[in-house]
Amino acid sequence: MLDYTIYNSQDTRSGFGDGLLEAGRRNPKVVGLCADLTGSLKMDAFRKEFPDRFFQTGIAEANMMGLAAGMTIGGFIPFTGTFANFSTGRVYDQIRQSIAYSHKNVKICASHAGLTLGEDGATHQILEDLGMMNMLPHMTVINPCDYNQTKAATMAIAEHHGPVYLRFGRPKVPNFTAPDQKFIIGKAWHMNSGTDVSIIATGHLVWKAVEAARALAAEGVSVDLINIHTIKPLDVEAVVQSASRTGAVVTAEEHQINGGLGSVVAQALSLHQPVPIEFVGVRDTFGESGTPEQLMTKYGLEATNIVQAVRQVMARKVHA
Amino acid sequence: MVHAVNSGHPGGSLGCTEYFTALYFHELRIDPSKWNMDGTGEDLFFLSNGHISPVWYSVLARRGYFSTAELATFRKINTRLQGHPTTHEGLPGVRVASGSLGQGLSVALGAAQAKKLNNDKTLVYSLHGDGELQEGQIWEAAMYAAHHKVDNIISTVDVNGQQIDGSTEEVMSLGNLEDKWKAFGWDVLTTDGNSIESLLSTLAEAKNRTGKGKPVMILMTTSMGKGVDFMEGTHKWHGVAPNDAELEKALGQLEETLGDY
Repeated sequence: MLDYTIYNSQDTRSGFGDGLLEAGRRNPKVVGLCADLTGSLKMDAFRKEFPDRFFQTGIAEANMMGLAAGMTIGGFIPFTGTFANFSTGRVYDQIRQSIAYSHKNVKICASHAGLTLGEDGATHQILEDLGMMNMLPHMTVINPCDYNQTKAATMAIAEHHGPVYLRFGRPKVPNFTAPDQKFIIGKAWHMNSGTDVSIIATGHLVWKAVEAARALAAEGVSVDLINIHTIKPLDVEAVVQSASRTGAVVTAEEHQINGGLGSVVAQALSLHQPVPIEFVGVRDTFGESGTPEQLMTKYGLEATNIVQAVRQVMARKVHA
Repeated sequence: MVHAVNSGHPGGSLGCTEYFTALYFHELRIDPSKWNMDGTGEDLFFLSNGHISPVWYSVLARRGYFSTAELATFRKINTRLQGHPTTHEGLPGVRVASGSLGQGLSVALGAAQAKKLNNDKTLVYSLHGDGELQEGQIWEAAMYAAHHKVDNIISTVDVNGQQIDGSTEEVMSLGNLEDKWKAFGWDVLTTDGNSIESLLSTLAEAKNRTGKGKPVMILMTTSMGKGVDFMEGTHKWHGVAPNDAELEKALGQLEETLGDY
């Protein structure tokens, strides 16, 4: 079950770019806006094929969010593109009032999320974006794990009515989910059935969770592996069922442990299936410059950290 | 309305009464009975300085978007007439929430570009406070509009020279607004916002200037609290409700006492 085909190594932002192009071909109402990062967001192909439906906003993200809200009034489906930092913290009030509260059909597409942005350093490495977006009423929050899943998610959100935050990243990572997958918003992917511990992962940490599960299987630990790509609305049933099978949970995300996947999973389990939980994520600190690999190691976001968290949580399990 | 709930923003509302009347009863090509969010084929209006909701609600009701009886629910629990305008409760005539300042010009420009994409020849209007021009997003939007030649928008700034902490001159001087908007690439008109005649001719001229490659701006001079001597020209009535005696005094001064009270 943990035997996946790696099709290639690709960046999730390219999954967004290719998904946007495909969504634009399927629906003439899809429009793109970008704040001077067209190449970084992989929106070039969309711009080239649909020049009349692409809007360069310059380095003015607040205006971009307002423009997108306004364009929905004419029946369009705007996809905004900039780095995750400038897609959330910089424009929180614009998203809150003009998009979320006003229930506008805007897709906020955010690249270069988390530590794997790398050398640019902490100014650009946002690790709080999922938390900010989770807190907004009406907002759907999605953090896909590889190129194929990001492409499928991009096409799926074009068909979903309502504001969406779609988070992806810069580095090339293993592309292992099915190329022809049907992406269902809010539906967890049960990747592997196990009995000893649940690992619940999102984004770039999903492949690392697969590696961790393989290492644990070699030690005789049976892992129930869940990919949560939609953090809001959370697939509570999938999380609760997994926890009830195993009695112990580890969450893994490239985000602060406050406010992101770990927080929403802990809240769901505390209500429905209280079990010990350990959290793999960034621990209330900012990032720094370095290669993505160096940063993931330094901040404890590797498969080995997941394995360590599994050992800790299993030691805390309540044995009947 | 403001008196009844002892909260709200009477000053800016009174100053813009003539503008809303001219806009909704003479200028906008609209059909309130067919109101819908997209507004295809009709002119759209966006209120960016959402705190002057009392005058907007009053005019929307009298123009037929909802009953004037509903005005009495303003700012009360379970109302569609929220303190600041929203879409959340489904009030006809409102297409985006506003209140946090500086956002409405961007939204209006987005709607104007959507009209162009839809080959819809109707226009987009927006209203802003002069104090609101201190928000940076306004100037992001101003730059964008000229660069993208959004020439199907007529924006108006209510130049009443007042804001919460005092006059705009004292708090954060705006400089020469006509020069500023021209420098940002807009076609700029000026008008007396408390004269219906002046407003009607300026709005007609503004419409003539659309479709010529530039966004159109009307700088509209008004007196905050117009029609009530103790409210006129002072920032003190920005966000303060009149008490019983003040209300009686104010209504006695207005030529036509409104029936909202």
